Amino acid sequence: MSCDSPKMEVLSTEEVLANAKNFNAFLSIAPSGDIVIYSPNPELGQNIKTSFPMVVAEELDADWSKVRVLQANLDTDKFERQLTGGSGAMPHSWERLRKAGATAKYLLVAAAAKKWEVSADELNTSEGIIYHKASGKKIGYGEVANDAALLTAPDEIPLKDKKDFKIIGTPVKNVENGAIFTGEPLFGLDFYREGMLHAMIQRAPFGMKIKSIDDAAAKNVDGVKDVITFENSVAVVGTSTWPLMKAKKLLNVEYEPEGKVESSADHDEIFKDLLVNGKAEVKREDGNVNAAFKNAAQVVSAEYQCPFLSHSPMEPMNFFAHVQADKVELVGPTQTPERARSTAAEISGIAPENITVEITRLGGGFGRRLSADYVAEAVHVSKMMNAPVKLTWSREDDLTGGAYRPAVRYRFEAALDADGNMTGYKLRGVGMNAGNSTREHNFPAGAVDNLLIENVNYESSITTNAWRAPITNFLAYAEQSFLDEVALAAKKDPVDFRLELMEKAKANPVGGELQYNVDRMIGVTKVAAEKSNWGKNPNVKQGFSVYFSHRTYVAQVADIEMENGTPTLKKIHVITDCGMVVNPTGANHQVRGGVVDGMGHAMYGNLTFEGGLPTQTNFDKYRLIRMKEVPAVDTYYVDSGFDPTGLGEPCLPPTGGAIANAIFSATERRLRSQPFIDQKEFQDLNLGIKRA
Amino acid sequence: MALINLKINGKAHSVDVEEDTPLLWVLRDHLGLVGTKYSCGIAQCGACTVHRNGEAMFSCITPAASLTEDEITTIEGLSENGDHPVQKAWAEVDVAQCGYCQAGQIMNASAFLEKNPKPSMEEIDEAMNRNICRCGTYHKIREAVAMAANSK
Repeated sequence: MSCDSPKMEVLSTEEVLANAKNFNAFLSIAPSGDIVIYSPNPELGQNIKTSFPMVVAEELDADWSKVRVLQANLDTDKFERQLTGGSGAMPHSWERLRKAGATAKYLLVAAAAKKWEVSADELNTSEGIIYHKASGKKIGYGEVANDAALLTAPDEIPLKDKKDFKIIGTPVKNVENGAIFTGEPLFGLDFYREGMLHAMIQRAPFGMKIKSIDDAAAKNVDGVKDVITFENSVAVVGTSTWPLMKAKKLLNVEYEPEGKVESSADHDEIFKDLLVNGKAEVKREDGNVNAAFKNAAQVVSAEYQCPFLSHSPMEPMNFFAHVQADKVELVGPTQTPERARSTAAEISGIAPENITVEITRLGGGFGRRLSADYVAEAVHVSKMMNAPVKLTWSREDDLTGGAYRPAVRYRFEAALDADGNMTGYKLRGVGMNAGNSTREHNFPAGAVDNLLIENVNYESSITTNAWRAPITNFLAYAEQSFLDEVALAAKKDPVDFRLELMEKAKANPVGGELQYNVDRMIGVTKVAAEKSNWGKNPNVKQGFSVYFSHRTYVAQVADIEMENGTPTLKKIHVITDCGMVVNPTGANHQVRGGVVDGMGHAMYGNLTFEGGLPTQTNFDKYRLIRMKEVPAVDTYYVDSGFDPTGLGEPCLPPTGGAIANAIFSATERRLRSQPFIDQKEFQDLNLGIKRA
Repeated sequence: MALINLKINGKAHSVDVEEDTPLLWVLRDHLGLVGTKYSCGIAQCGACTVHRNGEAMFSCITPAASLTEDEITTIEGLSENGDHPVQKAWAEVDVAQCGYCQAGQIMNASAFLEKNPKPSMEEIDEAMNRNICRCGTYHKIREAVAMAANSK
């Protein structure tokens, strides 16, 4: 649009939708030329709400300035995999989204061709306008939208050549910025319905059940309507939040043991025991580890441990439910709206087709909102109170409410021959409700002739849930730090040591086909070494880490410089191969966000338990990383020619290892446990952090 | 319960709440101003930051009853059209991921720049350290505060 064009009247989204023609689940076009694109997946900051529409708009050849994006409600007829998790949205929907845009464009062009009585292949499109070069005619999408919607498209529609992309690959701002920066109601906690009740819940410590309830004082608080009990929970219900926070503190609930009531000291004993005596499930076995270790010139072994962690999204858990006689209305932040619906169906007895789920913007997810526990609670209370109810968790509720990242202890062992080649590799993981605490087919599997990966799972009463980059969020650190220990024993440079293993896996994969693309892994490793000037600057002590998770390959180098005798972490280089980058701004956010997340939890995050409850109940004791504690993070993307893969999780796993390895490089202190700040080896290090 | 008179974003309000009700909950539950967020409730995270007579203040621990003589500004009242220099910088730099902490970040930054219009990067880090961002947008926040400072 030129600067001289007349100021167009800006239509409201309601006005646009009222007149828009619907082309498919994702896309509607109004006669005004305004376009509405529906984003189906829950938005939690990964900015799928911008990148999904970008893909549709690209193939549509839309004018992005005319695009409005709306969050779709749950609709399993219209959308597949309407969830947010596993960094899977983009790879899963890439083709589907492109086809949706391309098909609509096909129909628009066909309509114009029909109108002008020319052949469609004489027409071309650009930014929402159809051109007929030969006659000089042009027409906007809006003017042919109604006609186009009456036509049928063939099943096979050609998609754009990637080199012709005009929107994908360019930095596009978050479509929700305006609303976010002016405080508009966006999040679940911001949802209010006239006449609704508020609820908050007192939950039992892990392994305990309610013995008795004294709710007299709680009921007496002005603003409290009722105190009700269901399952192992006591709910205070009232007219606003503050009275309920006070009432909860006045609740006198006695608990008694029902299962294991655990403390961190117990966990320590359990780990010690199970690492030696636990009944292990063999996850992978190659060659003959016993022989390899028997004949080894050197054996390196180490144990690594990580604590339970909370997800701690900034928006605490909350949900709105209105259970009625014949339907249920659900509104709130969920990463799994379909699970929210089936949970509500089970509790209310109402069929799923009579349950609606409006997905609000999520104030962070990190995997916490994959669980529907808080949805169930809201539904229970609404049903019992026979009223619309908004359930709020306090921060204390959130930190003590379970669904944690599991605590895990690993024992690694490596056998080296006289030339420093790793001939044997053993890993036993003992996890607390971790499921499989290993990723047995990931590197270094395939690179080691004799390998044994085992898993022991302990059923703790403490509940766990997927936490950003499940298992790999800690395993990657432990493994990459251990590989540095082995490289040191082998007297090899850490990067060279890994490249040798990767080349070996490439030339002669052990145990069948590799389940990772070793070329891409070598690719990010080499670029990381190059971009970070690996080993070139004697004043910069560096640590390397590389990991494959969620379809994406990431290598990191952390730079520590000595400043006045103090080791100072100044920069982390992140080399990412996530296939094509859809939105560079969004991508940088996920890379930096993943690194900051990985670093913050490696350094500070800790939940310790006493009597079935965490000791850390709010951000005064549960430490999250802050502005002053973040080094520079340089991002670089390797263009390997693949279609887009995910970025929500993969940049987190390598972070702890890169930092720990750099700390060793600078101080010769090996950190084998998280959080780093609690380790004996860290106490007097005085690690500074300063953005380069 | 008591009738508490407040001046918020230039408008007079009268709310009937318990005397100990923090301003945060008056804003959210009683006045429909949900831009100011709850996250920790103990003045550790900054999501609840508002301006009290132009100064950044944690609304989660300050009883509304203590603010009857003060001018309170919330994110909704920071500008007419979302065009405060800090908001504009936030948009230019594309700061947000989930966005939940950003109102508090913007309120802290705007109060800070009012007092310290030409801060050093270290001073920016120091001032903004009050606000937690769980998504890790710190690099962008820093860039946006610096941009807002340079734009005035």
